[in-house]
Amino acid sequence: MSEAQGTAALLSLRGLTKAYPGVVANRDVSLDVRPGSVHALLGENGAGKSTLVKTVYGLVRPDAGTMALAGRPYAPAEPRQARAAGVAMVFQHFSLFDALDVAENVALGMEAPPPLRDLAQRIREVSRAYGLPLDPARVVGDLSAGERQRVEIVRCLLQDPRLLIMDEPTSVLTPQEAAILFATLRRLRDEGRAVLYISHKLEEIRALCDEATILRGGRVVATCDPRRASAREMAELMVGASLRNPTRRRAAEGAPVLELRGLSALSPRPFGTTLRDVSLSVRAGEVLAVGGVAGNGQDELLLALSGELRATPASVSLKGEPVGHLRPNERRARGLLCAPEERNGHAAAPDMSLTENAFLTGRVRERLDRRGFVDWGAAQGFARRVIEAFDVRTPGPASAARSLSGGNLQKFVVGREILQRPDALVVNQPTWGVDAAAASAIRQALLDLAAEGCAVVVVSQDLDELLDIGDRFAALNAGRLSEARPVPGLSVEEIGLMLGGVHGEAA
Amino acid sequence: MGKRHEDAWRGMGMIRLEKRPEPSRAWSLATPLLAVLLTLLAGGLLFAALGKDPLAALRTIFWDPLFGPFSGYTRPQLLIKAAPLVLIATGLAFGFRAGIWNIGAEGQYILGALCGAAVGLALYPAESRLIFPLMVLAGIAGGILWAMIPALLKVRFGTNEILVSLMLVYVAQNLLAWAALGPLKNPDGMGFPGSRNLAQWASSQNLDLIPRTGLHWGVVAALLAVAAAYVLLARHAFGFAVRLAGMAPRAAAFAGVSPARLVLLCMAISGGLAGAAGLFEVTGPAGQVSIDFGVGYGFTAIIVAFLGRLHPVGILLAGLLMALTYVGGEMAQQQLQLPGAAISLFQGMLLFFLLAVDVLTGYRLRLGAPAPRPAPAPALEAAE
Repeated sequence: MSEAQGTAALLSLRGLTKAYPGVVANRDVSLDVRPGSVHALLGENGAGKSTLVKTVYGLVRPDAGTMALAGRPYAPAEPRQARAAGVAMVFQHFSLFDALDVAENVALGMEAPPPLRDLAQRIREVSRAYGLPLDPARVVGDLSAGERQRVEIVRCLLQDPRLLIMDEPTSVLTPQEAAILFATLRRLRDEGRAVLYISHKLEEIRALCDEATILRGGRVVATCDPRRASAREMAELMVGASLRNPTRRRAAEGAPVLELRGLSALSPRPFGTTLRDVSLSVRAGEVLAVGGVAGNGQDELLLALSGELRATPASVSLKGEPVGHLRPNERRARGLLCAPEERNGHAAAPDMSLTENAFLTGRVRERLDRRGFVDWGAAQGFARRVIEAFDVRTPGPASAARSLSGGNLQKFVVGREILQRPDALVVNQPTWGVDAAAASAIRQALLDLAAEGCAVVVVSQDLDELLDIGDRFAALNAGRLSEARPVPGLSVEEIGLMLGGVHGEAA
Repeated sequence: MGKRHEDAWRGMGMIRLEKRPEPSRAWSLATPLLAVLLTLLAGGLLFAALGKDPLAALRTIFWDPLFGPFSGYTRPQLLIKAAPLVLIATGLAFGFRAGIWNIGAEGQYILGALCGAAVGLALYPAESRLIFPLMVLAGIAGGILWAMIPALLKVRFGTNEILVSLMLVYVAQNLLAWAALGPLKNPDGMGFPGSRNLAQWASSQNLDLIPRTGLHWGVVAALLAVAAAYVLLARHAFGFAVRLAGMAPRAAAFAGVSPARLVLLCMAISGGLAGAAGLFEVTGPAGQVSIDFGVGYGFTAIIVAFLGRLHPVGILLAGLLMALTYVGGEMAQQQLQLPGAAISLFQGMLLFFLLAVDVLTGYRLRLGAPAPRPAPAPALEAAE
């Protein structure tokens, strides 16, 4: 994009630089977003995408460089000023209150909300005009993730923005819901608004976006027309190296290792999902892929398998033995290991060292204690083995878990379980928020583990990932698990229906 | 709009707190020292404002008890005051680290003294070497039982242990008054309130092990408790569970730590040690169960626990320091006629400054405008 065209741009960034202690998040970034376009911002985790959009939204102040909005200097000190200037943003993590209804949630995000009755009317109008059906009187806690996202989008649209920033919007949507979202974004584009679209899903960028700017290591490495570039080309620009597809060695499928029979469990959280009559069976050497839109019982399923939620003995069995009543460490001793979704605070303690985090789940199987007394030398050795085997980038096992980037901590957390040689491994969102290189390493490690005869359950919202590594696919919907079906031959439409097409509410 | 905008930027530039990627170990050791230093400064100003020579006051509080003309009397006093503080604070540190807030150690201390004394007095005037150990066990049991009330209510009904344990302090104080005037009253005491003097009965007395050093069994127990707590917290799976539960409760559940078990254990440890402290006090320095037996060790121990950063060795040092301000503060009251409230204020300042400078462990302080910024800040015009 040249300077000459830049004068017509709605948003133009020139030489933006932002450094944090120890890392330059953005280095001399320039780009232009034209009105009436959907502009993709592509890059691995840590490439500087979020810092850049946070700068545009007034959450981060640049060290150097200038911004202009519609040809005028633009330097928001806080999001309120950005919104006043016509810039709106939908975050990856929603900021909604479960216990309030849609209209109340929208009002909370506005500077001077009109009376609730008028607001409800406007919500109905806007949501109808943009094909985003939404009932202002419903309580947010009862909405699906796709509907929650609509609340956020409608909240933005009520401000009549000129530029809408969307951070990984489809990560929580079914294919049908994503299709509705794309139609809305195209309509916004046709009205002459601009959309800055962050994603790592290359196929959807090719389908939706008019221009793409690719960031790597904080710099702009390329701009391209995503409609003409191939997904592979863009991925390699993003990573800066050629990518390997995960390869699998077929294992002879063995006897069922992990089985659930009629498992029902109440969620420990308010607004959680109750598991209802969940049954599944995973054989040695097999990868069962469990899909589903966020909040349909994924967390609860993991808790019920790890032993944090206990059930009747026979509802969970491992190698034919009932284990449903056992505590986490008793299940670990028998060979059932888990890696929860939330790295910071659930799978790992952020303020503890990697050595301590290695002890957290490795205590039983790696024999890291003697009659209760911790062998810290052995724990450190175990941490070091995980770091080496999974290429975790860190100064060493004494570093605090929270000092690691998301991808590195995820490699540590998954690697910690794999190195304990489980008979059955359950992972939830193994590559969520992880850069492409780390994600491919983690998927490969899961496939290798299955090839060695482990029964693997992968719970994820990333359909590409599930279809990539799963042998059979099942979907969670409102706490119920569908029948598992072999992955080869499954179409995206069938999967969408399995995920519960009812969320889509045909546009 | 433009004006306001620039002000906002300038405001952000004055003092900024920047989160450190990892808590600073150097600062976590330095902050208690810095807090003591700031307390000395502010305390000096306070004493000067009261018309006293600040240097003389600080010397009376911090130097004279250790090296002054009466140090032969005051040094044993330091141990006598520090022992219950360290014993109780060490127990509290377990719960505090796990996020379990036992605020009622004072009540458990009183119940320990009552139960221990009651068992001893029931056997009076028998002579046996077994009586004192039996009283210690009864004291520990009394403290544990009193702590189990808030613990079981929390585990069973989800009540708030802060409120329940605190309110039980007032119940304990009334039990103490009742016992001192009723069932435990000395039958040979001519009607005066208070029990028989346990320090004068050979079977129950807890005297200095080495004469005139203040080194009684409570001091030995405090040192043992510090050593045991250190080993448990640093080397044992239970200590790991305690720290994990405090830092990341969900990770603790994932690691297989049972929250209910942790509440019961931590409350039992703090209650048991507080009960032991009460027993050692009633058989030694205090000598008898009396209405004014509870002097607030259980509350001061909370300050000691935090001043010592919930670390056993830190608690040992903090207990000695707090004892110093007690003993030295008393001397300052007598010799310099400083009001008692000024001494309490001085002790309060110590915790206040510690909590204030504590921020530096997790955050970096930046003064002045933040690093390079674009020359003249372009004002926001688009909004108008």
